[in-house]
Amino acid sequence: MSDIAIRVAGLGKAYRIGVAAERADTMIGALASFAASPLRNFKRLRQLDTFSAGDRQDDLFWAVKDLDFEIRRGETVGFVGRNGAGKSTLLKMLSRITEPTTGEIAIRGRVSSLLEVGTGFHPELTGRENIYMNGTILGMAKREIDRKFDEIASFSGVEKFLDTPVKRYSSGMKVRLGFSVAAHLEPEVLIIDEVLAVGDAEFQRRCLGKMEEVAGMGRTVLFVSHNLGAIQNLCDRAISLRDGEMVADGTSSEVVSDYLASFVSFAGKGFSNDNPDRETKGEIRLIDGRVLDAQGIESEYFDAGSPLVLECDYHNPGRARRFEMRFTIRDGDGVAVTSAQTSVAGFEFDAAEHGRVRVTLDRLPLPPGSYSVNATVLTTDHKISDAVPNALTFTVDSASFFATGRTLPRRIARVLFDQHWEASTRHGGHDA
Amino acid sequence: MSSHTPQDTPPQVTVIRPHTGWRTIDVRELASHWDLLRFLTLRSVKIRYAQSALGMGWAVIQPVAQMVVFTVIFGSLVGVGSDGSAYPVFAFVALVPWTYFASAVTQSTNSLPKNAAMLSKIYLPRMILPISEVCARLVDFAIGFVLLIGMLFIYGVQPTAGVIVVPLLILIMVIAALGIGLWLTALAIQFRDINYATEFFVQLLMYAAPVVYPASLVPERFQLLYALNPMVGVIEGFRAAFLGSRAMPWDLIGVGAAVAVFLLVSGAFFFRRREPLFADVA
Repeated sequence: MSDIAIRVAGLGKAYRIGVAAERADTMIGALASFAASPLRNFKRLRQLDTFSAGDRQDDLFWAVKDLDFEIRRGETVGFVGRNGAGKSTLLKMLSRITEPTTGEIAIRGRVSSLLEVGTGFHPELTGRENIYMNGTILGMAKREIDRKFDEIASFSGVEKFLDTPVKRYSSGMKVRLGFSVAAHLEPEVLIIDEVLAVGDAEFQRRCLGKMEEVAGMGRTVLFVSHNLGAIQNLCDRAISLRDGEMVADGTSSEVVSDYLASFVSFAGKGFSNDNPDRETKGEIRLIDGRVLDAQGIESEYFDAGSPLVLECDYHNPGRARRFEMRFTIRDGDGVAVTSAQTSVAGFEFDAAEHGRVRVTLDRLPLPPGSYSVNATVLTTDHKISDAVPNALTFTVDSASFFATGRTLPRRIARVLFDQHWEASTRHGGHDA
Repeated sequence: MSSHTPQDTPPQVTVIRPHTGWRTIDVRELASHWDLLRFLTLRSVKIRYAQSALGMGWAVIQPVAQMVVFTVIFGSLVGVGSDGSAYPVFAFVALVPWTYFASAVTQSTNSLPKNAAMLSKIYLPRMILPISEVCARLVDFAIGFVLLIGMLFIYGVQPTAGVIVVPLLILIMVIAALGIGLWLTALAIQFRDINYATEFFVQLLMYAAPVVYPASLVPERFQLLYALNPMVGVIEGFRAAFLGSRAMPWDLIGVGAAVAVFLLVSGAFFFRRREPLFADVA
């Protein structure tokens, strides 16, 4: 197994889900229930740890189930999957934070895991002290930190504030300091969970660069991110998880495009109650919806520069007089590109019991690619009544946005806009 | 030298699998986290009095103020005996180890709940957390100890040859605090009630130790039962060593040491047994 860095076999992790407590409906019942609550709480707390494979199966939730895979030394592997797919639980088991319920993991070499930036930072300690604190928590020896200290400090860009308590830092400075420490780890296996979501774009870019460097040095890197672009750039291989099980394992570009496709195939069910991401909290509910072209015909394919109509049917049994409607458009990387909202447009309407709301985008300003739409109904006090992620999907496959008929690739453009260019001759004056 | 590249590290394979039941105490792993223990201890010392004007002064004020209160109430008003010493010295000799014990137990019990967020973000041998609190409180103890020497000087008390036993007494005190801390913090991460109960419990325990009164007040036939509180032997040992007010109470110290060691060993095993669950129940 000298070439294998990580071997995972039959790995599973179960959590106990809370069993709803019965409610008392009389005064005496409530009192008795109150009196008995310490006992009930005790049982509940006690149960937090009593799961085992032979336990009652109905109140166990398997966050990760029957995972088997091997990772070779020097591979960079990305994990993709929706929220709750088991990515983080898997990483927690790999980093020994939590123990598996079943199965086994064998890891060769020194492991560092980065599930958070700046673990162990204390606001009262100075930047310098926190570098040592965080470094030793991440598994570095003091000697090692001494040696790399100047490098860490200069990478973070907060050298001037090293003797200031971290509580006086801006949140960006804290993130930079924490990431600098992490970036100077030299483990054989590095486990990273969605930590790049923090920090400004410029710093994120530097971190990605630093990580590419690490991956290039023959280290094994496991990486979870919702930034699918980053996964495609950094990882040779990707593993896709759904409901705790592996659904795909292959090159990162294959797995990422399969994963994106799974959103589209799911779209038909967007309005069904089976959509696990749906958040229904209030009375007003979305029943159905569609994407229409200029002729009012339902379509999947659209042209950038032509009209696009988003439409939703609602049911309003409580006869609320007003509500707010939002359509948020996300691109294939899951990034929200823009949002159509009745409130920003200043549109008010009298709600019916059954009705339909639609919004027209006159000139669709999106480059070719696949898009999904989150539809949300909010009450007048801005509380979510019904939120349907991936309610609608559409694909932009042609672009007549620019008169030239040409368009911009998604790599450099998430939106399109009218461009009025001018040129003139410059008189007198030098190029300084 | 400490650079780790895949080539120069011996192939070390970590196997992660479910644990149930008892596990051994991995002393090698703890030793390899020596630097972490140092920084956690330092962190605990630094933040204890952070952003306070008096800072470490509080480590002086607390036991001194308690001594004054006890002297007024128990020494003067109630008239508790002090085995022939001046009551302030008599009380202070006991307060220095007791204050350590009380805060070490409270802080180490709180160590896991306080770091619950960290437990779910990073792996480290969790035993380091309570150990670091017990170590950190030794700084306050050292300050109290210096104060004690000063007081003995002021009152003109000559320490006896028994002072050579003091390091042993300090060791028993630390072992007892850590033993209790390991038990309680492993429970407190799951049942936060333990946190609230501990402060209260430690206060009560003070009256089950000869802090404000001499152990000689306890009837002879209960002495060994009384000594089950490991601080009884420690405190009376301190008095014998510094005040010479009694002979070195080897029987009390012996019983206390045995209880302290038992608490530490059982606490460490209990802690290890619960450790795999900490991140899940936190």
